[in-house]
Amino acid sequence: MHKLLASAYKEFLLLIRDMGGISILFVMPLILVVTITLIQDSTFKSIKDVKIPILWVDNDRGTVSENIYANLTKSNTFNVIHKDTEEEARDLVFKGKYQLAVIIPANLSSDLGKKIDDNVTGILSQFGLEKGSTSDSAKIAQKEIRLYFDPATQFAFRSSVKNGIDKMISQIESRTIYRVFQEQLSGDGTKITFNAEGLISFKEIVPTRGDKEILPNSTQHNVPAWTLFAIFFIIVPLSINMVKEKNQGTFVRLRTNPVSYATVLGGKTLIYLCVCLIQFSLMLLVGLYLLPTLGLPQLDLSGRLPLLFLVALFAGLAAIGLGLLLGTIAKTQEQSAPFGATFVVILAAMGGVWVPVFLMPRYMQYLSNLSPMNWGLKAFYDVFLRNAGFGAILPELLLLLLFFVITTGISIIYNERQHAV
Amino acid sequence: MHVKAHIGIIGYMIQINQLSKKYKGADTFSVFELNLQIEEGEIFGLLGPNGAGKTTLISMLCSLLKPTSGSFTINDLNFRDQKKQLKQLIGIVPQEYALYPALTAYENLYYFGSMYGLTGEPLKNTIYDHLKIMGLSRFANKRVANFSGGMKRRVNLIASILHNPKVLFLDEPTVGVDVQSKNVIIGHLEELNRSGTTLVYSSHHLNEAENFCTRVAIIDHGRVICMGEPGVLIANQKNAHNLEDVFLSKTGKALRDHA
Repeated sequence: MHKLLASAYKEFLLLIRDMGGISILFVMPLILVVTITLIQDSTFKSIKDVKIPILWVDNDRGTVSENIYANLTKSNTFNVIHKDTEEEARDLVFKGKYQLAVIIPANLSSDLGKKIDDNVTGILSQFGLEKGSTSDSAKIAQKEIRLYFDPATQFAFRSSVKNGIDKMISQIESRTIYRVFQEQLSGDGTKITFNAEGLISFKEIVPTRGDKEILPNSTQHNVPAWTLFAIFFIIVPLSINMVKEKNQGTFVRLRTNPVSYATVLGGKTLIYLCVCLIQFSLMLLVGLYLLPTLGLPQLDLSGRLPLLFLVALFAGLAAIGLGLLLGTIAKTQEQSAPFGATFVVILAAMGGVWVPVFLMPRYMQYLSNLSPMNWGLKAFYDVFLRNAGFGAILPELLLLLLFFVITTGISIIYNERQHAV
Repeated sequence: MHVKAHIGIIGYMIQINQLSKKYKGADTFSVFELNLQIEEGEIFGLLGPNGAGKTTLISMLCSLLKPTSGSFTINDLNFRDQKKQLKQLIGIVPQEYALYPALTAYENLYYFGSMYGLTGEPLKNTIYDHLKIMGLSRFANKRVANFSGGMKRRVNLIASILHNPKVLFLDEPTVGVDVQSKNVIIGHLEELNRSGTTLVYSSHHLNEAENFCTRVAIIDHGRVICMGEPGVLIANQKNAHNLEDVFLSKTGKALRDHA
């Protein structure tokens, strides 16, 4: 025990002697979480501060284009800018000046009206309510709303815009069909024949704690995700610390001393675990006090602090285990630092820190189960967003602990084999 | 001139039998079927040109390298089965400064002393005693990063002797230090030897070895090519006036550069 505590104290001294390093260790993750939360905040806000400028070319100038325009403007997502020609709009978008141009074809409103009118007349004539029409709808050319996207825009944005416009057109078509039916059946359209209001609506049910709904927001999502990312970044300074010991010759001296490698690693684990927990505490403080001053939602911790610290503790252990393994295997800082940093990014990507796991391809979803960051993130989200208790996060905690035991075990065995005498 | 401190033969402290080491990928053995007995209380010098196998031999004796074949015992402890007890018994002063530059001399020494199971006041007192002998008392709380080469060498030595080892291996303990530091280091080593520590010393400083060692072995190509008390070796070598003459006549004048 004395050797373990002495090792931990030595690690503590080494850490505090490098104030630049320790500042980076604590400050950079805070900057990261604030930056990411600010960037992602608009995704969660119902009223957005930022409007995306898009180009609008209206060759129709009828009710349909008016409706689409009104909906786009009303959505508060877009700042709609009028352009006269399709060519001008297309050039501007392809040059990356704008992300989107919407081109409404000529005669869209009138042709849509004609087509629906003909179809309704045809249907009613089948029932003998109307004389057979001399429909020439077949001659009405297919109409095409053209969308030009900046090639740099992401698939999710394109998909969302396309779906939005498609929905608007469907609504306009439905309303027009109702209106034409009313006109045909009542003669002048004044008599209300149909209730055009939608029967089906959506209601989002969210988890509750007591009477209070747990509403997801950018802070609740980003603080746990990026805190986990920061915790795992501990593998970089930890592995560098170990490689330095090899290069300084102190590790050689330790190998001649009657102290086990497990004790040496134990000292590092104790101190770096404290670093992880301090990092985590600072992140929570930022979520509680700094983010609200920046106009972001406040982190809601109500009653979850012990569980959150438990997750941070086990996530920290997993990260440290990985750091110990990397530090044991790497021979130079040139090996450990870039590998550590890149590997953390890979684990984060696999773990769902950037893209939710359910959106990943099937095989990546399987692979994500191997990322300790995925286990940590699941546990954090369970506590933060799903109001889960200890029992619900126990499997993830055990996986993180197992990961620590395995990586540390491999480090010890590897070291023994390398230096067996 | 240092006084030789041979304190009478009690038994073999180190017994080496047919010890060999061939590094992975190497064509030749660094140490080949080496047999050697070092008596308790000796100051034994391992001399040889670069690449002769001195550091490899010391590394094997300190459990840093695995021998390819052969065996050795230290104080009758087997290097394979009694590694932990053996480590408690020995100290090593490595060629490099094996210290944490960011820690003070005292912090370094306290840490390495703790690794031998030393604690509290006794450890503290031992550290300050050694620092005083080595002329480093007033630098105890200064960071090692700011020390001169000589000061680092002295702290490097203290870190290896806090637990009062029975055998101390020294790999070039005075390399790159000024005369004053060298005198303090050698003086302290002689004092240790007087108190019963067996010293195994490797160096290229042949004058120092001649005066300091009770017995020397000249090693070349991983083999002992000559061994004995320095005075006897000089006397037995034709036209030799000192150990350097003996050394050159045994190992030749060709350069021993290798990579």
